[in-house]
Amino acid sequence: MNPVVRWFHQLGSPPYFDRFAARWAPWGYGLGTLVMAYGIWAALFQVPADYQQGDSFRILYIHVPSAWMSLFVFGLMAVYAAIALIWRIKLCEILAMACAPIGAAFTVITLATGSIWGKPMWGTWWDWDPRLTSELILLFLYLGIMGLYNAIDDRRAAARAAGLLAIVGVVLLPVIRYSVVWWNSLHQGQTIRLLGESSIDGSMVPPLVAMLVGTKLWFIGSLLMRARADNLHRESGKGWVTALVEVKR
Amino acid sequence: MIRSAAKALIARDLRMLWRRRGDSLQPALFAVLVAMLFALALGGEAQALSNVAAAVLWLAVLLAGLLALDTLFRSDAEDGSLEQWLLAPVPLAWLVAVRVFTHWATTALPLLLVTPLLAELLHLPREQLPVLLASLALGTPLLSLLGAVVAALTVGMPRSGILVALLALPLYVPVLVFGAGSVAAAAQGLDPSGALLLLGAGLVMASLLAPLAAAAAIRIALG
Repeated sequence: MNPVVRWFHQLGSPPYFDRFAARWAPWGYGLGTLVMAYGIWAALFQVPADYQQGDSFRILYIHVPSAWMSLFVFGLMAVYAAIALIWRIKLCEILAMACAPIGAAFTVITLATGSIWGKPMWGTWWDWDPRLTSELILLFLYLGIMGLYNAIDDRRAAARAAGLLAIVGVVLLPVIRYSVVWWNSLHQGQTIRLLGESSIDGSMVPPLVAMLVGTKLWFIGSLLMRARADNLHRESGKGWVTALVEVKR
Repeated sequence: MIRSAAKALIARDLRMLWRRRGDSLQPALFAVLVAMLFALALGGEAQALSNVAAAVLWLAVLLAGLLALDTLFRSDAEDGSLEQWLLAPVPLAWLVAVRVFTHWATTALPLLLVTPLLAELLHLPREQLPVLLASLALGTPLLSLLGAVVAALTVGMPRSGILVALLALPLYVPVLVFGAGSVAAAAQGLDPSGALLLLGAGLVMASLLAPLAAAAAIRIALG
């Protein structure tokens, strides 16, 4: 068998995943912290102040990466949920449900930093404009998915039902992504593009890239840790978990 | 086969409804009460009421539909008919679509019929009434279809009351925004057809996809 395919099949086994997550989660956390520490330092001390917004634009380095993560995590959660529904892979159910609290946290950070940024820039903490509203709905969807997952007793049925809700919720993602393009909004338009010319100054970009990479690494660590906990909880009656606990003692 | 199954299901649903015909008026009564509460809370002043009338009517209809969601699949899940749906030789999504249609026709349609009356109670400007009715006619089936997915997800739970609302309301927000938005645009003298067309497009999409999603959810809930 092809080694990559074999590795993929092995990863689906709960004991193997437990060892894998225990090995790699600290790396995700550690590297994520390092990269984000560099990003924050550079954002605070290296980057020049904005010609219009002064120093208060620096909150962008937290706001934008968490906003991207809030969408990315939802998309990833839906992909895991789809795999779990189609191929009935238990690990993907666990991973999808582990995504929800992390994504909700990133959404809360996005909304909070956006508010703090909005007060000096727009003169208001909150405005019912399309992008802010759709981000708030995203938070409610995350909370709804977590609520549904906790409301059903059978863990596997709960994960599949909540996963289906995640897939239904995906229709919202393009609305959030393009809300500043489709509607006239108080929120500023996009200034950063992967393809084509960005309208952000070149010197402001490297810390942003560091923050984007750093949040991804942190997310990997957090995802593995949460999935490992849920995995152990679900398998708690099995021999290998008991053996693991015995070794720890 | 497909058509006779739909006919049988509709006939059964209507017969059940006729035997408890008092219950079918409840959503409309609820909407009237919500409108009344808003009117009293706002002080009953005609000008203040006519400014918010369209939004209040949309909310009253939306909330009445939300409370009616629980009756969509619950009694069938309790008496085992839903299991028979799974075994039936017709697609589950088709039965779901037929059920959502009869449910809409028996809960939301009466609401649409009392809307002109409520509009008069809330001093809605007359020229906004056709736009309001058009937006409700396109929006309420959309709400029923989205709600069907949520109702199907929670059908296996013994008590799902507040959770249904928490899951359904975020999905309802876009419908409310465009539905109430079309009347607001008309009130400002703008063309409401853009929002109405978006509602129509959403309705077409949802009538194709929502029954499939709801059928998948029923399969999960009944294991």
